[in-house]
Amino acid sequence: MPRPSRLHVPNAPARPGEAPDFSYVPLSPAGSVARPDVAAQAVDIENLAVDLIRVLDDSHRAVGPWNPHLDVDVLQVGLRHMLLTRVYDDRMLRTQRQGKISFYMKSTGEEAVAVAAAMALRPSDMLFPAYRQQGLQFVRGAKLVDLMCQLLSNTRDMCKGRQLPVMYHSVPGRLFSISGNLATQFPQAVGWAMAAAIKGTDDLAATWIGEGSSAEADFHHALLFASVYRAPVLLNVVNNQWAISTFQGFAGGEQRSFAARGPGYGIPGLRVDGNDFLAVYAATEWAAERARKGAGATLVELVTYRAAAHSTSDDPTRYRPKDDAERWPLGDPIERLKQHLIALGEWSEERHAALAAELGEQVGAAWKEASNYGTLTEGPRLDRDLMFEDVFKDMPRHLIEQREQLRRERG
Amino acid sequence: MPQMNMIQALNSAMDIALGRDPGVVVLGEDVGYFGGVFRVTDGLQRKYGTHRVLDTPIAEGGIIAASIGMAVNGLRPVAEIQFADYIYPGYDQIVSELARLRYRSASAFSAPVTIRTPCGGGIRGGQTHSQSPEALFAHVCGIKVVMPSNPYDAKGLLIAAIEDDDPVLFLEPKRLYNGPFDGDPNKPAVPWSTHPRGDVPDGHYTVPIGKAAVVREGREITIVSYGTMLHVAEAAAKGLGLDAEIIDVRSIVPLDVETLVNSVAKTGRCVIAHEATRFGGFGAELMATIQERCFWQLEAPIERVCGWDTPYPHAFEWEYFPGPQRVAAALKRVMEAR
Repeated sequence: MPRPSRLHVPNAPARPGEAPDFSYVPLSPAGSVARPDVAAQAVDIENLAVDLIRVLDDSHRAVGPWNPHLDVDVLQVGLRHMLLTRVYDDRMLRTQRQGKISFYMKSTGEEAVAVAAAMALRPSDMLFPAYRQQGLQFVRGAKLVDLMCQLLSNTRDMCKGRQLPVMYHSVPGRLFSISGNLATQFPQAVGWAMAAAIKGTDDLAATWIGEGSSAEADFHHALLFASVYRAPVLLNVVNNQWAISTFQGFAGGEQRSFAARGPGYGIPGLRVDGNDFLAVYAATEWAAERARKGAGATLVELVTYRAAAHSTSDDPTRYRPKDDAERWPLGDPIERLKQHLIALGEWSEERHAALAAELGEQVGAAWKEASNYGTLTEGPRLDRDLMFEDVFKDMPRHLIEQREQLRRERG
Repeated sequence: MPQMNMIQALNSAMDIALGRDPGVVVLGEDVGYFGGVFRVTDGLQRKYGTHRVLDTPIAEGGIIAASIGMAVNGLRPVAEIQFADYIYPGYDQIVSELARLRYRSASAFSAPVTIRTPCGGGIRGGQTHSQSPEALFAHVCGIKVVMPSNPYDAKGLLIAAIEDDDPVLFLEPKRLYNGPFDGDPNKPAVPWSTHPRGDVPDGHYTVPIGKAAVVREGREITIVSYGTMLHVAEAAAKGLGLDAEIIDVRSIVPLDVETLVNSVAKTGRCVIAHEATRFGGFGAELMATIQERCFWQLEAPIERVCGWDTPYPHAFEWEYFPGPQRVAAALKRVMEAR
């Protein structure tokens, strides 16, 4: 008798009460993966979608062909941005717990993904983030107070109270408005890059998506359009293993790496240690150089781990082992860059503690200032008339009438 | 004045926009080399090149998303969705992204994208090539929705849409591409050259978005319609010998409430006609708006003439289509009510 088909339902490697198990994550030794020419054909470098590009080894040295050979001051700036991201995240989580903001999303454990990539790109490159790359904001010079006012939906909120917390944007920082819907920014970034090519500039676009939302059609549209038009775009999949409670197997990660989606579309896929600042920097630099030479897009999978909850509305202890993050084989990105700088003789635990304290004070002072412009619980509040603005460039009659109606309703 | 059918008028609008503004790009399935399945983009790629008039993959979500990105980078994309029935893979990008980008970013970013798409039935298109989805977009905040009923308006509205700083969904009633249509499929086709609005200037002009047109002034009853049904309703009223005031809505969002209300306040009677399904259709919004403002002037209940609440059936196209008989019956009922 023929065997009936059986439905395969992916099973998370470990659930609460079980021992963390990361044997499903293939690792390569630092320095072991060759760095091809940026003009290489996608078909000739498919191993990069399987192997793991790493630079920092277990003794904290930078090794191998992907070492970007960054100056010490660049490394220190990177460490500072990553640490600021973490200090900011920790502090904003507390303000949410105190009821000062409605919602927050931390990027703990993923700081290198955003910071190293933004540092490897030019300021004129356009960034289309998802909601967990706050490090991009710091590299692009966002002011803490401005970010906090967005979180607070207060009188200085850049979004005028229209968006959930963390959905920032910056025109001078070339940071696109974060949607809050998943994956939509991915093909938009490709369109932006197509326009750059049509206009003949050498700007490029970079965008980020979670491995979970790479399941959306938008992801595939992005790869298809990027491939067809050879758009100058960097497509980053942040594989942090978890989409709320759903492990990466449900986005199709059990059969092939996410980087391997690239070669299927004729786009190089790089599988990169996302907790290795130097590896992320080097991979971004490679992909950017490739795009600027007219060779088109690159798909970069950043293998990392979401060490915190999905959001302040989430409790990860209900779906994964408590000590999962500690057992993640690629460690912590801040700790690893810190140890590298210490190994170089350019950093110390004391300097690190002093920097953390300094950043904590900065964040605290900024919070104090931002709170003066209003919080959820205390005024001043945004003018409610603003609700009706920016639906269209010019307010149509029906919205003018509805604004009047609200005014009458509220006296 | 040159005579154009609606296809030529739309082509002329894009030709002018491409010529005047190097930021205008046209993209969509089959629009480039081939010139579009309805020939609306014929010759544009030859004239402006493959970088300005792009063929795309069959991926409506990708077409809309790429257009948004292009617009954010300073271009003015004119995206064609080959049939309105195919627009749904792009619906999320339209509803959640295109329409709301300006709002969510407090005008830091905006995307002046025009989406052109042929809609409506009467061409033996069956249930996947005949839909009129305007209500699904009228309900969305932040995107303008227009539907012309003749070549003159088609060109002027399309230029206005492309030049508009907000996104515009531009619905093209494809039964009207080659000529006006009074709803009787057995009559020989009539070309636009027989119609005054088939006279279309060669050069640049706009028809303002947000303004309805009083196509015929009258005293007895107001007919509110748009697209193909405007011509059907006009024929039905003529057949009954009514002195009807006929209003072409043209701009569904924003809606020109004033023109509608002024007319119904004068006539006291109103019939609304559209081809789309009835339940939750845009006619309901028109009816509610007019009723709220003209209740005390009304001599009779307002009626709607629409497609049935079924998918558009291939074999029963003309039983589905709200033809002149259905319109005439409604006109009679509203005229006789007291």
